[in-house]
Amino acid sequence: MNDSAEQPTYNYLTAGDTVKSWLLTVDHKRIGVLYLIAMTCFFLVGGTAAGLFRLELATHNPDVLSNDTYNKLFTMHGIIMVFFFLIPAVPGVLGNFLVPLMIGAKDVAFPRLNLASWYIYMLGGSFTLLAVLLGGIDTGWTFYTPYSSVYADSNVILAGTGVFITGFSSILTGLNFIVTIHKMRAPGMTWMRLPLFIWAQYATSIINILGTPVIAITLLLVVFERAFGFGIFDPARGGDPVLYQHLFWFYSHPAVYIMILPGFGVVSEVLACCSRKRIYGYEFVAFSSLAIAAIGFFVWGHHMFTSSQSEYAALIFSVLTYLVGIPTAIKIFNWTATLYKGSIELSAPMIYTLGFIGLFLVGGLTGLFLATMAVNVHLHDTYFVVAHFHYVMVGGMMMAWLAGLHFWWPKMFGKMYNEFWARIGAVVIFFGFNFTFFPQFIAGYMGMPRRYHVYAPEYQPFQMLSTTGAFFMGIGLLICMVTLISSLFKKGYCGRNPFKATGLEWNQAASPPNTHNFTAPVVVDVEAYDYTDERIYQDA
Amino acid sequence: MSHASSDTEHKPYQQHHFESMQQQTQATLLGIWLFMAQEILFFGGMFAAYTVYRILYPQAWAMGAASQNVWLGMTNTIVLIGSSVSIVMAVHEARHNQKMKVLKWFAITLLLGSVFFGIKSIEYGGKWDHQMVPGLNWNDHHALETINHHLAEDAQIAELPKGIQLYYSLYFAMTGMHALHMVIGFGLAFWIMGKTAKGCFNEEYYPHIEYFGLYWHFVDVVWIFLFPLLYLI
Repeated sequence: MNDSAEQPTYNYLTAGDTVKSWLLTVDHKRIGVLYLIAMTCFFLVGGTAAGLFRLELATHNPDVLSNDTYNKLFTMHGIIMVFFFLIPAVPGVLGNFLVPLMIGAKDVAFPRLNLASWYIYMLGGSFTLLAVLLGGIDTGWTFYTPYSSVYADSNVILAGTGVFITGFSSILTGLNFIVTIHKMRAPGMTWMRLPLFIWAQYATSIINILGTPVIAITLLLVVFERAFGFGIFDPARGGDPVLYQHLFWFYSHPAVYIMILPGFGVVSEVLACCSRKRIYGYEFVAFSSLAIAAIGFFVWGHHMFTSSQSEYAALIFSVLTYLVGIPTAIKIFNWTATLYKGSIELSAPMIYTLGFIGLFLVGGLTGLFLATMAVNVHLHDTYFVVAHFHYVMVGGMMMAWLAGLHFWWPKMFGKMYNEFWARIGAVVIFFGFNFTFFPQFIAGYMGMPRRYHVYAPEYQPFQMLSTTGAFFMGIGLLICMVTLISSLFKKGYCGRNPFKATGLEWNQAASPPNTHNFTAPVVVDVEAYDYTDERIYQDA
Repeated sequence: MSHASSDTEHKPYQQHHFESMQQQTQATLLGIWLFMAQEILFFGGMFAAYTVYRILYPQAWAMGAASQNVWLGMTNTIVLIGSSVSIVMAVHEARHNQKMKVLKWFAITLLLGSVFFGIKSIEYGGKWDHQMVPGLNWNDHHALETINHHLAEDAQIAELPKGIQLYYSLYFAMTGMHALHMVIGFGLAFWIMGKTAKGCFNEEYYPHIEYFGLYWHFVDVVWIFLFPLLYLI
């Protein structure tokens, strides 16, 4: 241990301080930081929208927003959070930063393509924000036809184009990661020695490449339909809106795994480090990511049980949906088994991670309720569904994202945040989240439909609890942001490996790493998560 | 910063983040194939829509195909296959570092591509003139007249089959997206011809030419699916 070591003066952050050196960088670490900044802005926009309509929903009467504005706000919240935060957050920020570092490469396989992906993301984001500024869009994030293609009187073309463009950012990032993981591993870094974060990124990238193009062409057809009147999904000319739903969910269900799989990767890393143990059943956790990616492509019909989809198709989709529960349960069981007799340290990333496991479990199990056709018919389009996917997306993915951000923050910036306040932030977010979304399960079960601006008075207590919870979640996120950002102005240096974690990024690269990542050639001679290895306890 | 540049094997066209030329070649090749995979899924969305609507509206699809000029489509198919042959020749010459011959075969490829565009624009123009572009100038009366014009005396139809506009929407979407890929191919071809002329390639380093060949074949294969699906069956 040598905490008094000086921070290396030359690193990727100090390699250039002009704006140009950032905007034209091909360094995967700097691109990760670019994503971090952009994505945080989108997150704040999407979160503000949520805050506003949560305020409106506190009472059953219309108070703050007109129904039109309400529709536009929940649409904007959905589009921005799904396409500009949940999907790119972990791959764009942590994936870009960590994939080459974790496998012992100097950069991703295609550095310039990587920078292009960020610009594509920003271009798509600009289109979407322009749609918002020019009056918004009110179709819901799903762009269901024929409302979106024929009837909606809002900026569908702009927002659809924005999402279409952003899709290529995901596709190209996925392509880059797959090639990097296949071809750029350091000598000795075999597949079975890869950190589970890499396995998760790999599985995510497969979905990105095979799923995203389908929504791209689907949204393009909707844009054509609006712009030129093509009529491919227009019932008046024989078009089938249910076909749109099939094409949309063929991507958008796997997209749920694009959002959550990288989170699984983060959880595996943090859990191993903070219980000082190798992940129990490494191979099972690794391959369950691929299994989720594969099965995830064959379950999309469970979003359409109440559409005109055939009953037999629905039956098969229901059974296949249960199958996803198997690899997911393997992960949860193996993580729990890793904790058993581990030396658990409740640091801030670990609190987020344990929160993740609990909340994701609730989200996953209620997913099985919804996969049951008879239950689904009752719960379809109610707040139960809203609560379910927020437990997965926010309780799961956002918690994992914050766990990862705290865990690798010292590696990214060379500074350690205030641990006390980081823990406070984690706990406040955890409780705030549960207060926000747990009441929605009950309201939904009682029959409250989603996306309503004015609702029956008997649901008001649940909505009031939700709004109060959202307020606390906002406070928690504020504490978290202030804690992280203020750490950047601290004097001290966090050391190379403050968490005493395994992995090349901790043990062979400085904090922050230099531009070419490693100063000496990397050769891997240990298995993943070998917490008995003496070398991780020696700081450089 | 020094980064292992003492390596005497380090070729000028090896990018610094790769350890060896072999690694660079394998990585870029895998990247191209993954790109093709996403392209297949991109077109796949439209092929799925085609399949669903074809099953829903067999009559419309039969009439739609009947109203196409098979000979123009056939000629375009042959022209595109010819351009695939010529790009194979370009790759072959690149392997022997025959700069001028590479440029010649690229020029022939682009020429054949232009013939394709010429014929395509005749077809599009005809549909525009007959007011058969859904959304923009569709006219039931003219569409019926045009389709009947292509049908035998005893097979004339009195009214348009349901879903006929869907056939034409998909026809324009699919062939239009294919044409867009060819336009992008033209852009890439000019860029690579410029690099060839400047002498950026030699017998062991010509990845841009080889990968352009793969891309061009892919675009060709898409057309080979589109032609029977839209003109013949």
